[in-house]
Amino acid sequence: MKFVWFNLQPWPHLPENFRQDYRSVWVDIPSHLFDPELAHEVYNTYLDQLEFADELGYDGIGCNEHHQNGYGLMPSPNIIAAALSRRTSNAAICVIGNSIVGYNPPTRVAEEFAMIDCISGGRLVAGFPVGTPMDTNFCLGQIPALTRDKYAESHELIIRAWTEPEPFAFDGRYTQLRHVNIWPRPVQQPRPPVFIPGGGSIETWDFCLDHDYNYSYLSFSGYKAGKSLMDGFWQRRAERGDRDDNPYRASFAQIIAVADTDAEAERLYAEHILYFFNNCLHVFPGFADPPGYRTLKTLKAGKLSQLRKETMELFQKLTWADLVESGAVIAGSPDTVAERMEDLARELRVGTVFCLMHTGNMPDWKTRYSTQLFAEKVMPRLQSIWSDYDASEWWCSPMAERRTNDAASMEAARRPVGPGDLIATDPIDGVEGVL
Amino acid sequence: MSVSTISVTTRRGIEATVHVRGTAGSPVVWFHGAGGLLADEPVLDALAADHLVYAPEWPGYGAQETETELYDMLDFALHGLDLLDALGLVVAPHVIGHSMGGMIAAEMLALHPTVATSLTLIGAAGLWIDEHPVPDLFSMVPFELAKTLFVDAVAGEKMLTAGLDFTDDQALIGFMVGNARRMGTAGKILFPIPNRGLAGRLYRITCPILLVWGREDRMFPPVYGERFRQLLTSTAAELVVVDAAGHMVPYEQPDAVVAAVRAFVTV
Repeated sequence: MKFVWFNLQPWPHLPENFRQDYRSVWVDIPSHLFDPELAHEVYNTYLDQLEFADELGYDGIGCNEHHQNGYGLMPSPNIIAAALSRRTSNAAICVIGNSIVGYNPPTRVAEEFAMIDCISGGRLVAGFPVGTPMDTNFCLGQIPALTRDKYAESHELIIRAWTEPEPFAFDGRYTQLRHVNIWPRPVQQPRPPVFIPGGGSIETWDFCLDHDYNYSYLSFSGYKAGKSLMDGFWQRRAERGDRDDNPYRASFAQIIAVADTDAEAERLYAEHILYFFNNCLHVFPGFADPPGYRTLKTLKAGKLSQLRKETMELFQKLTWADLVESGAVIAGSPDTVAERMEDLARELRVGTVFCLMHTGNMPDWKTRYSTQLFAEKVMPRLQSIWSDYDASEWWCSPMAERRTNDAASMEAARRPVGPGDLIATDPIDGVEGVL
Repeated sequence: MSVSTISVTTRRGIEATVHVRGTAGSPVVWFHGAGGLLADEPVLDALAADHLVYAPEWPGYGAQETETELYDMLDFALHGLDLLDALGLVVAPHVIGHSMGGMIAAEMLALHPTVATSLTLIGAAGLWIDEHPVPDLFSMVPFELAKTLFVDAVAGEKMLTAGLDFTDDQALIGFMVGNARRMGTAGKILFPIPNRGLAGRLYRITCPILLVWGREDRMFPPVYGERFRQLLTSTAAELVVVDAAGHMVPYEQPDAVVAAVRAFVTV
């Protein structure tokens, strides 16, 4: 199995009564709730944690894209990924991903991902979400009914920009470019591995299978709720019969918290995870479903009671027991967590898990404690679950010889230039230079 | 009032349902707004006394599935002109457009100024004034719609839903599916800002123009009617503001709308 340490990078300072006092954590969340000077510490702590996960041996470290969002502070995940590329050496840099409908032109994504791939020595895992309506439609202004069409076109352009060796002209409906010829180009050839965060539509499943992309189901509902949807993906694969059932075709996000005992896990983590569920996941329903974004089929199957005034004012408070029981959270002693994680892997048949080890307003020391226990006492028990399968098609292929960004080499790179560094003469134009 | 429906196919190949009222008189073509034709259309009924009234449905409305062939404003305006062609009228009609229908009608007339004898815009979309931002219809939940569109929200909700009960799950899902079809289409020219550059093209319209606005229009307040009047520099446009009516003025004050149209459309 592969484990990706992942964090939504939430704002940890939302007021106690956020749900009652404000209508949405996303799109129109008031700017006065954000404090840039506090954010200095918040961002740097989150980056520290991601780097710590690399040190501990997590297979990947991840980031994603949200806009105008109180629980996701990464409008540009590529900035986080760039910082991580410089400060880590081994983990895959999983950007899950860029909302490609919103980039103009989408070659920007091909370029920035190629830069990350070069800086990291081929450690990029590239995600291409359609994007939520909150991000894509209400924050980035894309037309709901044309979002999927534009997504398909943007995807085609990015893949061609990566893979076609010669400059080409692109005559799209949404993007027209006379000279597509990106510089730099990705280390990983013909392209970095692609993950598609998706919901439960057959179209998305087919899209992943057609292109041999990883189908990534990223929800906060946990592995029990995710079962039927993941089953749908595997059933679709079986129906088609043209692709194997390698578990690395799929990945899943799970909130995880490890302590010495189950009781300690509740005592340490409950309040922070409940902060996330009861404060952060407060999105005005009108932003979740602009007409035209979802297919009619999806709508017909939907539960729409959340659109009622009475339901919207209910603010049901979840409890720790609710979260553990429903599987939304896997928490407890290393034994408990390992057991549940094995259930998750086998039940859902997923090779890669996005481990949400930091949740809500969890303080740094608790996050590190849980992160370290998971790496030392849980991961080793799970790593061989899918050892019969080859992950390489759905994982990065770093350069065998690449820079090590450890403390010693970082320090060496900052060493002042001394007399011994000077050479007498530049052999080409006779100017004295510096090695 | 007896209403018949006919089906026409445009030269582009798009099939459209057209609601027809009346037996004689000069033709009137009514372009509906983003909400579509409602169960009761009192203005159309009244105008049918002395006009042949045609009310085509935009793609994605009525019984039609979501359209896929129209992408942008030019597509919609050309489709409107194609519809007029497909109706095969011997004289140029009086064109009336409500809300989004007014926006499309104005674009059509800017492209092809002689295609109509007159143009009536009722609470028309198509402009944006920074000081009077248009509410975001696309992020409203169902129970918010009526109070934005009507002066009388309770009566308005009944008209919007044709009596459906929003506390019933199936009814709500049915409404949401229909709303997704209609507003999905409308979003192509109204999302995220209902402005596709019409202001720069209104000078091209030369036929007589009537502007009808609900005084309490919370979508496009009467200042939008006034802005239309100012931008229609090639013709003299009259603005009639109707009391006790919101954006859905044809449904809230049909008599006043009919009276204004009758006074304007005399042939």
